[in-house]
Amino acid sequence: MSWAKRVLRVDLSSGRCKEEPLNMEWAQEYLGQRGLATKYFVEEVDPKVDPLSPDNKLIFTTGPLTGTMASTGGRYSVVTKGPLTGVIACSNSGGYIGAEIKMAGWDMIICEGRAEKPVYLWIQDDKAELRDASHLWGKTTWDTEEIIKNSHQDPQIRVSSIGRAGENGVLYACVVNDLHRAAGRSGVGAVMGSKNLKALAVRGTKGVGNIKDFKTFMQVTKEKKQILADNAVTGQGLPTYGTQVLMNVINEIGALPTRNSQDVQFEGAGKISGEAMHEKRPTDGKANLVTNNACFGCTIACGRISQVDKSHWSVENSPKYWGATGGLEYENAWSLGAANGVDDLEALTVANMICNEDGMDPISFGATIGAVMELYTMGVISKKQLGMDAPFGSAQALVDLAHMTAEGRGFGPEIAQGSARLCEKYGHPELSMTVKKQEFPAYDPRGIQGMGLTYATSNRGACHLRSYTVASEVLGIPVKTDPLETDGKAELVKAFQDATAVFDSSGLCLFTSFAWSVEDVQPQIDAACEGDWTMDKLMTVGERIWNLERQFNLAAGMTAADDDLPKRLKTEAAKSGPAKGLTSGIDKMKPEYYQIRGWDTNGVPTAETLSRLGL
Amino acid sequence: MKIIFKLFASLSDLLPPEARGNALELEITSQTTIGEILEAQRIPEESAHLVMVNGIFVAPSERASKTLQEADELAIWPPVAGG
Repeated sequence: MSWAKRVLRVDLSSGRCKEEPLNMEWAQEYLGQRGLATKYFVEEVDPKVDPLSPDNKLIFTTGPLTGTMASTGGRYSVVTKGPLTGVIACSNSGGYIGAEIKMAGWDMIICEGRAEKPVYLWIQDDKAELRDASHLWGKTTWDTEEIIKNSHQDPQIRVSSIGRAGENGVLYACVVNDLHRAAGRSGVGAVMGSKNLKALAVRGTKGVGNIKDFKTFMQVTKEKKQILADNAVTGQGLPTYGTQVLMNVINEIGALPTRNSQDVQFEGAGKISGEAMHEKRPTDGKANLVTNNACFGCTIACGRISQVDKSHWSVENSPKYWGATGGLEYENAWSLGAANGVDDLEALTVANMICNEDGMDPISFGATIGAVMELYTMGVISKKQLGMDAPFGSAQALVDLAHMTAEGRGFGPEIAQGSARLCEKYGHPELSMTVKKQEFPAYDPRGIQGMGLTYATSNRGACHLRSYTVASEVLGIPVKTDPLETDGKAELVKAFQDATAVFDSSGLCLFTSFAWSVEDVQPQIDAACEGDWTMDKLMTVGERIWNLERQFNLAAGMTAADDDLPKRLKTEAAKSGPAKGLTSGIDKMKPEYYQIRGWDTNGVPTAETLSRLGL
Repeated sequence: MKIIFKLFASLSDLLPPEARGNALELEITSQTTIGEILEAQRIPEESAHLVMVNGIFVAPSERASKTLQEADELAIWPPVAGG
């Protein structure tokens, strides 16, 4: 159904679950998922709230197209205030649980308070209750999902859970669903852990309905699926190579952050690339990649399913890692690999599995290891402190530190704080490659200038999924722009940010935007959702969401000074590749961006802008 | 003169067995254009989506006239994306 028009409110403190009608006035202004849940959040939560206190709230939210027959209509998001960043957090995930929530008849689930002891939320269509999860506490996400399915005797239950990282307060803990999909960034899993909420388990059998004009919807979704199938990127490139095909591309253009952004090209990129995942290993004659994989309703199927070499040192005594499971995406291969100078594909795959099984964001974890390795190389952090040697390139250190961080052992709790807090503690804040305390993803702002502005202004801290200008600057989608040029990037970033907010609020996957524009999404929303959903209205919704998030962050204490990049990227020029000699032009782009946004020089939306957007 | 010719993703299937990794050393003249190299290597035009020389994008309109320098690296991808 489009909107189910029902909200489930869960008071973890009292143990009560109750149904509320969805605020349809807000739905017309914020659409759903990211936008609508953020509206609920900012209306209900003090921006100054301690993210790990009971006063913070945690919202699981679907979009109006989640669970429908629209391609990729399986997305859901987790919205809260992020403990890593101290700003709004909205982490998006695929898999199957989003559609299951909708088929159980719910648009969103608002969790508030804190349970006295571990619980999990069990939803079976209209029925919702909190159940004891003492037996699940201390378990991995993999074990948690299996135990819940077994105890209910229903393999079709969908589960989102935290692993030991979320329980142990890893500030970049994520919420994992369907074993290897994740609401990954900003520490939404740590918030879940702070509430003693181990898992969300859902079985929805109510099916799909409530489509405004179902005949038009069926026709238009069929047409749009054909566009995805016919497009060379979504029809062939992504299913075959996944996101990991970018490893060699980004390395070639000199924008692959390497060894904590000391370099922009990695000599081992080819060994950890999408192409390498297809090659047969000399040890067992099998390729790392087993097959591709699709989320609910997806006709792209970019996901990777991998199987590591059983004789690899990292797993030879750990059979639980021998099976086929979620493999490396580009971001993870970069953060665990190039960011640390590690070129062992099998070790990266295992480190990624550890992040999945214990619920850690591999971007923030991997990038934090890059900072640890630099501090180790400088002699600031010792072998004695770490319990091991940890030079750049050490696959052993990467895997061991992943276990220690998730499990809260040894030096792990320090790594669990993220690179900003860790580098600050050890007297080198300049070595943290973060914005708003969140680690960068896999694109160096010296080699792709628009991504510098993207990171600096992202409402959830450094992130590529708030305005993926790589599409234009590198891949030529929808038009090619020069990655080394700063002119025009403020407009480009704003356009991507507003459009992305629409995709993220619809229930669809952002990856459709490699073939679709908002013009392709609009008729699907208009056919499914009550109201008149024109392009103008949708683009205004996107801009309104962006400014709503901005207002929350400003009220939380963020200022224009937080819209900045680390000193390294502004003062240390790229050493090789096309960007050789260049630093980030963030200081030029930022004022232009503020002006285009209708914000003052302090990055505050003007009264005129707020009025225009109805804020 | 010699250049490094690189094919990635599905195009790597077009590389001859003597290629190392995704790269092959090619002997060309200073007048050889990128378009001529693509034709000689039997790269379908629609498959040459990302064409880079030393990491810098070469627009489709420039490929028929652009020539290369000694030791240049010409890299080509079909339509790909990630995130």
